[in-house]
Amino acid sequence: MGTLASVLEQAGLSTVALSNIRKQAETTRPPRVLHCEFPLGRPLGKPEDPSFQRSVLNAAFILLGEDSGPVLVDYPEIITDESDTPISCVIPPADTADRHLGAAEALGLLPAWRRTYERYDRTTVGKVATPEQVPDMVDLFLRVAEGEDWKTVGLPGDPTKIAADIRNFYEEASLSLTGGIPDARQAETWFVDHTQAGQIIQRARIAMKESGENRYFWYYLLPLTQHHEL
Amino acid sequence: MADQQLRDLLSDLKGHLFDDVPWTLPKPLSECRVAIVTTAGLTVDGDTDWNPGDQSFKVLPNNHRDFTLAHYSPNFDRTGWIVDPNVVLPLDRLDEMAEAGEIGSVADVHISFMGAQVDHTLETIRLDTGPAAAKVLNDDQVDVVLLTPV
Repeated sequence: MGTLASVLEQAGLSTVALSNIRKQAETTRPPRVLHCEFPLGRPLGKPEDPSFQRSVLNAAFILLGEDSGPVLVDYPEIITDESDTPISCVIPPADTADRHLGAAEALGLLPAWRRTYERYDRTTVGKVATPEQVPDMVDLFLRVAEGEDWKTVGLPGDPTKIAADIRNFYEEASLSLTGGIPDARQAETWFVDHTQAGQIIQRARIAMKESGENRYFWYYLLPLTQHHEL
Repeated sequence: MADQQLRDLLSDLKGHLFDDVPWTLPKPLSECRVAIVTTAGLTVDGDTDWNPGDQSFKVLPNNHRDFTLAHYSPNFDRTGWIVDPNVVLPLDRLDEMAEAGEIGSVADVHISFMGAQVDHTLETIRLDTGPAAAKVLNDDQVDVVLLTPV
């Protein structure tokens, strides 16, 4: 972000950057930075809180009045993620006696995912798999977790992108099941630690790592801070 | 506290340091045309896939507002974006500021790159796509750019 700000400023634009990793702002020294110690992925701090977002913007734009730089100012409020306190989310049972627990769980979430999509009209699912394909993708990861080579089980693309589709599907579905706006990373920890699919991907990640697979393909299967050795 | 772990891990990355800090004095904010440049990996065509290492950018038309977050990194929260895109791309807030006369106008175009680049020197952005994005903004008579990181 700092490098990009400097490139734009060199081209005659006045820039003010929000930062969420202070050390990087110190290292790259862009012209004007408001460091916001907010959750990664939420640079304006609080979703559905217009007054808070306005206060952040006001604090940022004030920096345009400085005569020289670099300027690095800290926003006075800190917001932390809540990865240590996952959401509590009961998954509706699906009539899927013929499916493995993981695929059945994902099937049970489809109506909730659809409700979230209808409400917000956006999704991050679809890098490789559609929401309807998620249960089958969970089945394929189960085979990887049980020791099969990921390249031969029939995954239709990059496993890191399919894992992202599965996780994003679960997190988006959870929004309709819990009703409120979760704090940052609460849904992530729920997915990794409290769902069949999350545990299957964790086991697949470990199996791929232990088999000497290319690091990229297992390292990005889950958030780096969720790499737990079982 | 996963974010703090990531901040600690990423704190030693060596980004590119320019010899001098560039500095462009803006007009009074109430006269400025404002655009947003984000590194959230946003697309306009519903494409949810942005490959790691891709230092290109997308132009986000201001009148579109239906963007897709396609960032490849698993290391950040996406639920905030789903619930309220303004937490990443605060266009509604800029509209309010323009209506109140606090900024001059909202640009017709905004820009998205993707953050968490594996090439920390960002050579392509510095020498090619960054200047190209600046031209898009300058062609729209933009004065001020707000950068939001993801």
